[in-house]
Amino acid sequence: MTLSTAMTAPSSKRAHFGLLLFTVALVLAPWIVGHAGGNTWVRTLDFALLYIMLALGLNIVVGYAGLLDMGFIAFYAVGAYLAALLSSPHLLQQFPALVALLPAGMHTSIWLILPLAALLAAGCGVVLGAPTLRLRGDYLAIVTLGFGEIIRILLRNLDRPVNITNGPKGIAQVDPVQLLGVNLARTQELFDLRLPSVYLYYYLFAALVLLILFACIRLERSRIGRAWMAIREDEEAAEAMGLDTRRLKLLAFAIGAAFGGVSGALFASFQGFVSPESFSLNESIAVLAMVVLGGMGHIPGVILGCVLLAALPEALRASMGPLQQALFGQVLMDPEIIRQLFYGLALILAMLYRPAGLWPVKAGGAR
Amino acid sequence: MGLMVFMDAFIQQLLNGLMSGSLYALVALGYTMVYGILRIINFAHGDVLMIGAMVGLSVIRLLQAIWPALPAVLVLVLATLIAMVFCALLAVVIERVAYRRLRHAPRLAPLISGIGVSLLLQTAAMLVWTRNPQMFPQLLPLEPIEILSGESGHAAVTNSTALTTIAVALIVMVALLVLVERTRFGRAMRAVAENPQVASLMGINPNRIIVLTFAIGGGLAALAGIMMASNYGSTHFYMGFLPGIKAFTAAVLGGIGNLKGAMLGGLLLGLIEALGTGYLGAATGGVFGSNYQDVFAFIVLIAVLVFRPSGILGERLAARA
Amino acid sequence: MSTPVLHIDQVNKHFGGVAALSNVSLNIQPGEIYGLIGPNGAGKTTLFNVMTGLYSPDSGRFQLDGKDYQPTAVHQVARAGIARTFQNIRLFNAMSALENVMVGRHVRTRNGLWAALSRHRIAREEEAQTREWAHRLLEYVGMSGFANYRADTLSYGHQRRLEIARALATEPRLLALDEPAAGMNASEKVQLRGLLEKIRDDGHTLLLIEHDVKLVMGVCDRISVLDYGRVIAQGTPEDVRRHPAVIQAYLGASAHV
Repeated sequence: MTLSTAMTAPSSKRAHFGLLLFTVALVLAPWIVGHAGGNTWVRTLDFALLYIMLALGLNIVVGYAGLLDMGFIAFYAVGAYLAALLSSPHLLQQFPALVALLPAGMHTSIWLILPLAALLAAGCGVVLGAPTLRLRGDYLAIVTLGFGEIIRILLRNLDRPVNITNGPKGIAQVDPVQLLGVNLARTQELFDLRLPSVYLYYYLFAALVLLILFACIRLERSRIGRAWMAIREDEEAAEAMGLDTRRLKLLAFAIGAAFGGVSGALFASFQGFVSPESFSLNESIAVLAMVVLGGMGHIPGVILGCVLLAALPEALRASMGPLQQALFGQVLMDPEIIRQLFYGLALILAMLYRPAGLWPVKAGGAR
Repeated sequence: MGLMVFMDAFIQQLLNGLMSGSLYALVALGYTMVYGILRIINFAHGDVLMIGAMVGLSVIRLLQAIWPALPAVLVLVLATLIAMVFCALLAVVIERVAYRRLRHAPRLAPLISGIGVSLLLQTAAMLVWTRNPQMFPQLLPLEPIEILSGESGHAAVTNSTALTTIAVALIVMVALLVLVERTRFGRAMRAVAENPQVASLMGINPNRIIVLTFAIGGGLAALAGIMMASNYGSTHFYMGFLPGIKAFTAAVLGGIGNLKGAMLGGLLLGLIEALGTGYLGAATGGVFGSNYQDVFAFIVLIAVLVFRPSGILGERLAARA
Repeated sequence: MSTPVLHIDQVNKHFGGVAALSNVSLNIQPGEIYGLIGPNGAGKTTLFNVMTGLYSPDSGRFQLDGKDYQPTAVHQVARAGIARTFQNIRLFNAMSALENVMVGRHVRTRNGLWAALSRHRIAREEEAQTREWAHRLLEYVGMSGFANYRADTLSYGHQRRLEIARALATEPRLLALDEPAAGMNASEKVQLRGLLEKIRDDGHTLLLIEHDVKLVMGVCDRISVLDYGRVIAQGTPEDVRRHPAVIQAYLGASAHV
C-alpha cells in the first residue's frame, strides 16, 4: 500500500480539458471573488496562488518522488530574501561602498530576480540533498525539518557581525514588481477597467502558476516522472532496474526547491517586506498538509488542497467570530486556534481514513 | 589565570550541559523505545512533555490554593506524579488513536499523523493555558550553590533545582535499566523490541507491551517537562518542540532503539550544546553564542545521520514482519 | 566454446566468521537456462546478491560477455546487462502494468529534463517507442489485456510475469530470476516453464535460483549445486541428479532420487 494512488494520469484529452477548465476558472476567479468579498478576498486568492506554486513544488518532492521534506519553506525563504536583498535599500545601507557601483539604487528587475531565485533555491536543494537523500524516509523528514529551522535561525541572526539579513526586524521597502513599465503596486487602468494592485499581482501569479503547472504535467508523464514514481513505490527495485536513484532524487529536490524559490521571490515583492517569522515550521507543515490532504502526487488534488487550506483562515475569521458571538455571546476560540485545530484533526483523519487525499486519481482495475 | 577562567567556564558549562542532557536523555528514551519496536518517530512526544509541564503547573496552582500549608517539595512531588500518570495515559490514547491503525502503513503515514497530534496538543494547550508563557513556581530552594574550583575563588554556580534534576534523572534511568534487564516485564519488552511476531508466539501480547512502552515514554516526558519548567521558570505551549527534536537527535546519536544509547546520547548532546555555545560565544565575543544554540543540535543531527546513522552504540531495531 | 555470458571465478564472501561463499566458480553459456540450487542457507541468495551488486565480494572475478565487470552500485548492474526479479515480487504497485514495463526501458532510453518539458520530436519518438516496446513485452508474456491495470490488482501469476517482462525491458544479457516459482501451484509452474523456455529459445540467457528441484531439472540446461557456500556439483541435470554429494546434501546418504 502506498500513500498515493495510481500515478497513471488520465488520458491526455481529459488532462487537457481539465487544464482548460482550470485556466478559465483562474481568469474569472478574482472577479467573482472580488464581487463577493472585495479586495481582501482577492488578496487571499493571491496568497492561495503562491501556496499553489509552493505545493506543486513540494508535490514533485513528496508526491512524485516520495521524499518527505519537512523544511520546504526554507527554499521559499531563500527566494524571498534574495529578492529582498536585490531590490531594497538594505544592502546599500549596510555597505555604503556599493552605492558608488549602483547610484540609482538596488532595483533588480523581476525578470532577473526570478531565475536567480530559482537557481539559488535549487542550489540549496542540491547542497541539502546530496548528503541526506539516501536516508530512510522518516530520518529524511527530521533532517529536512532541521534544515528548515537552521535557515530560519540563520535569517534571524545574520545581522551580526555583518548585517546581511537584518535579523528579526526583517527587510522592508522591497520593490514591488515592475512589468514592462507597469508598477503592480498601483492601481492601473486597462481597457476602461480599474485594476487594483491585488488583481494585477493575481494575474502575474496566475501566469506563473500555469507555467509551473505545465511543467509539472509534462514531467509527470515523462521518463523522469515515471522514474520518480518507481523510486517512490520501491526504491530498491528501481535501482535493480538500473535507475540512478541518487541523481533522480536530487533532481526532484532541486526542481521542487526551484519552484519554492520562485514563489518566495514573488512573495517578497508582493508583500514589500520579509521577516524570518514568515518562514517557520508551521508554514512547512501547512504546505505539506495541502499536498497530503489534497491528493499526493495528483495535481488537481493538490490545487484543491491549496485552495481549501489557504482560504480557510479567511473563511474562519469571517464566520467563526460572528458564529461564536451568536452562540456564546463572546469569542471563545481565536480563529487562528481553530485553524490549527482543524489542521491537526485533518492530518490525523486523512492518514487514518483517506491516506490518498481528498482527490486522488481513481485507483485499480482497468481504465 | 586564563586556565582558571577556562576551567570555571568549563565546569559551569559542564553542569549546564549535564542538566539539559539529563532532560534530553529522559525524553530520548521515549523516542528510542517506540522507534525500536515500531519504527515510528513519535512526532507528538515533545508536546507530551509540554502537556506534562502544563498539567504539573495546574496541579501546583490547585494544591497551593486549596492546601497552602503543604510543604513546597511535597507539592512538587505530587504535581510531578500526577502529571506523569496523566501523560502516560495521554500517550496511550495517542498510540491507540493515531498510530495503531498505521502500523503497517508506509512510514510517512504515522509521521504525518504524529504531526497532526502535535498540532492538536499545542492547540489544546493554547486553549487551556493561553498562548502566553506561564510562570512556573520555583518550589525548590533557590539559593545559588557554588562549586569552587581552586584558590582563585572563581566559582561555577548552580542551584538545587538543577542538581535535583540531574539526580532524579539518573535515578530514573537506572531504575528503567533495572526494569528492562532484570524483570519479567523487561524481558517481555526486549522480546517484543526484537521481534514482535516471535514474541507473540511465546505468549507475549505485543500490543500490551507497546501500550506500556508508550505509557512509560509519556511518564518520562512529563517528568522531563516539569523539571525543565522548574529550571527555566516558565512554561509555554510551544516549549516541547525544540526539546523534542533535540531528544530525537540524542536518541539517534546514541543509537536508535538502544536504551543506553538514548541515555548516553542525551547527556552527550547536552554537553556538546553547552560547551559548544559557551566556547563559541567566548571565542567570537558573543556574536555567535547562545542564539545559535539550537543550530548545534541540528548540525549534530545532520552529521550523525550522514556519517554514522547507526549511532554511537548501534541501532536496535525490531525484525520486520 | 563461445565466450560465456557470465563467468564467475573463485568468488569468496564471508560475513563475520561465516564463509557464505567459498571459491565459487561457474560459467553460463549464451542461450542456456542455468540453474542454481542447494539446500537452505547454501549461499544461493548470497551469490545472487554479490552478482547484482548488493554485496561486495571479498575476492573473485566477474566477467560479463568476456569483459571484466565489477558491480559497485546496484543501479549499474542493469546498465551492464544483468536484470533480475525478486523472490517476493517487487513491482511498482501504484503504477500500471504498462508503466512498470516502461520503467524497465529507462536504462536503455535517454529522455531527460529538457525532453520532458519540451517534448521535442526526438523525445516524442522515444516515448512512443518505449510505450510500443512495453506493449509488445506484455503481449510476449501473455498479458496484453492488462496494460492499464494497477500492478497490485493483478493476480499472483500475472505479477510474476510482469516482473519478468519488466526485467526483459532492460534488454539484459542475462536474465536472473530469484525463485520465480515460489508460491505457484503445479499448473502455474508448467506455464512458467513454458515461458522460460520461450525466452531462452528466443535467444536470451537465463539464470534461475529455485527450490523446486523438479522444475529445475526439467527446464535447466545446466546446473550448479551449492552447499555451505561451495559448489559441490556442476553439469547437466542428469549429471547432477546422480551425483552422490548432491544426494547427500539434500536427502542424506541413503536416499535415491
